[in-house]
Amino acid sequence: MAEIAFARPESLRDVPFHYCPGCHHGIIHRLVAEVIDELKVRDRTVGVMPVGCSVLAYEYFNFDTQEAAHGRAPAVATGVKRVHPDNVVFSYQGDGDLASIGCAEIVHAAARGEKITTVFVNNAIYGMTGGQMAPTSLPDQVTTTSPYGRKVESVGMPIKVCEMLSTLDGAKYIARVAVNNPANMAKAKAAIRKAFEVQLSGLGFAIVEVLSTCPTNWGMSPLEAVGWMEKNMMPYYPLGVFKTPEEVAK
Amino acid sequence: MAEKILMKGNEAIGEAAVVAGCRHYFGYPITPQSELIEYMAKRMPQVNGVFLQAESEVAAINMVYGAAGAGARVMTSSSSPGISLKQEGISYIAGAELPCVIVNMVRGGPGLGSIQPGQCDYFQATKGGGHGDYHNIVLAPNSVQEMVDCTVLAFELADKYRNPVMILGDGALGQMMEPVSFPEKSAEAPAKPWASTGLKGRKEPNVINSLHIQAPDLEKHNYHLQMKYRTIKENERRWEEYRTDDAELVLVAYGITARVAQSAMEMARAAGLKVGLFRPITAWPFPYEELGRLVKTAKGFMSVELSAGQMVEDVRLAVNGAKPVYFYGRTGGMICSPKEVFGIVKKIMLGEEEK
Ligand SMILES: Cc1ncc(C[n+]2csc(CCOP(=O)(O)OP(=O)(O)O)c2C)c(N)n1
Ligand code: SF4
Repeated sequence: MAEIAFARPESLRDVPFHYCPGCHHGIIHRLVAEVIDELKVRDRTVGVMPVGCSVLAYEYFNFDTQEAAHGRAPAVATGVKRVHPDNVVFSYQGDGDLASIGCAEIVHAAARGEKITTVFVNNAIYGMTGGQMAPTSLPDQVTTTSPYGRKVESVGMPIKVCEMLSTLDGAKYIARVAVNNPANMAKAKAAIRKAFEVQLSGLGFAIVEVLSTCPTNWGMSPLEAVGWMEKNMMPYYPLGVFKTPEEVAK
Repeated sequence: MAEKILMKGNEAIGEAAVVAGCRHYFGYPITPQSELIEYMAKRMPQVNGVFLQAESEVAAINMVYGAAGAGARVMTSSSSPGISLKQEGISYIAGAELPCVIVNMVRGGPGLGSIQPGQCDYFQATKGGGHGDYHNIVLAPNSVQEMVDCTVLAFELADKYRNPVMILGDGALGQMMEPVSFPEKSAEAPAKPWASTGLKGRKEPNVINSLHIQAPDLEKHNYHLQMKYRTIKENERRWEEYRTDDAELVLVAYGITARVAQSAMEMARAAGLKVGLFRPITAWPFPYEELGRLVKTAKGFMSVELSAGQMVEDVRLAVNGAKPVYFYGRTGGMICSPKEVFGIVKKIMLGEEEK
């Protein structure tokens, strides 16, 4: 019998995504699903979904989920995890969700060392509501609520979430990755896997920030969007591992 | 029932929650309910439960959402400004049909207000409070013993209807010490096959959700909720009446003011005035029919509240224009005295008080 080289992960339902062409949410969903399959934890996973373009992610993932209010996913995940400590609990959040309205919730989940995993999708803009400025929008980036470009004199510099959370002792694994090419996708998957493993070994909070595109609201083709991300986002948001359990142990 | 022990209202609620099988508590300190969060901090670990002081009321109620969605009997408590912050989560909990218990030890408002007792959150508690068409079941006890009984009942009703249940207390009830006894235990929580526990062999994933992006779907869901609220209205109205049989003036009051009104009623009776008291125990569903029945015998009604007049609107709905409805209230954390209320009662019965 021929070996199956590529198949839909069991953790992903066989339904089409609603995401725009070139949007990275779909790729990131797939990586999360593959990791959950490979770790064989689908049966005890509970995902907490955000408000944002991925609001319907519960229709794609093939395990139990809860839909949280805008920004509150880390608090909801905390509630789930405290009831079922043996469950694998993760929040999936956009940058508006996590770095703006839900900033307190993510900081405190990390500070508590909550044994959850967060997948943080940073596309430097509010996707779902039509392209408004996010706390992660770059200096001079034009959005619908920064039509003259993000003016840092009045609204400040973008928040570097990984760097910020790295100061918290409860956060045990922090990495920033991208899915702009196959090599980075492999690295992204490894980081997501590591983040879940940190949870499984009960060490504390883990977060993976994934740099992502929003061709629709950036007003670009999918390819241009990847180029813009590489040219503009990567220098400001350097990829890499900010914290690992080993470093913590040192 | 075990022997009676002397306990503070806030702590009695905490112990009643333990009896009811609550093993998860998420809260944030605020006066005048801090004894309750402190009690849970001490008590939860003793019963292998989880106590977590959240970073805010917003986080606390969302932890409640997560825990309730995962199938736990879970509670949070706060006082007025904190409950305002919890309204976002309460709306989501109502939308997702999750059972939980929320205690509000009301203080004077609006804004930062005072830390003295108030009943000025009646609208917020009974008419929704957060966004959308929804209702909490609202229990309004008037003694420490009834706070115990209502807390146990609250967990049972929450599970029965998959709905948030609010205990509407106030600063005075929370601080009051009275002898109480606790039931041995409450009814077992029902099975929760809908909870997000991880699949554990189940085929179809469970989704805890309040999003219905298609308008017809959301309308269907709202009709479903309204049907549920109708059932609750039919089955769960609770109230008490004192000397309403021959009462010409019926005082209507709940919680702490019901005790003041009862004393005022006794003063009036001693003076030969036919005064009775109607006390809603469920502020929602409000016992409209039962109060409405009294229009046959009573000449007038008077709502007594620690607010500028909130429950009086429900009293008017119940009376439906058949008889005059008067209102007497104090606000800002001031509590009316029995003598003060009796003074108003006398004026009304002698025909001197304006409607
Ligand atoms: C309390 C609240 N405020 C605002 C909104 C509107 N809203 C929906 S999605 C969104 C932004 C989401 O952006 P992000 O988290 O970056 O995710 P993306 O859509 O880019 O994937 C906002 C502001 C809401 N649903 N709830
Ligand atoms: S609007 Fe942007 S983030 Fe949302 S689906 Fe489209 S490309 Fe993706």
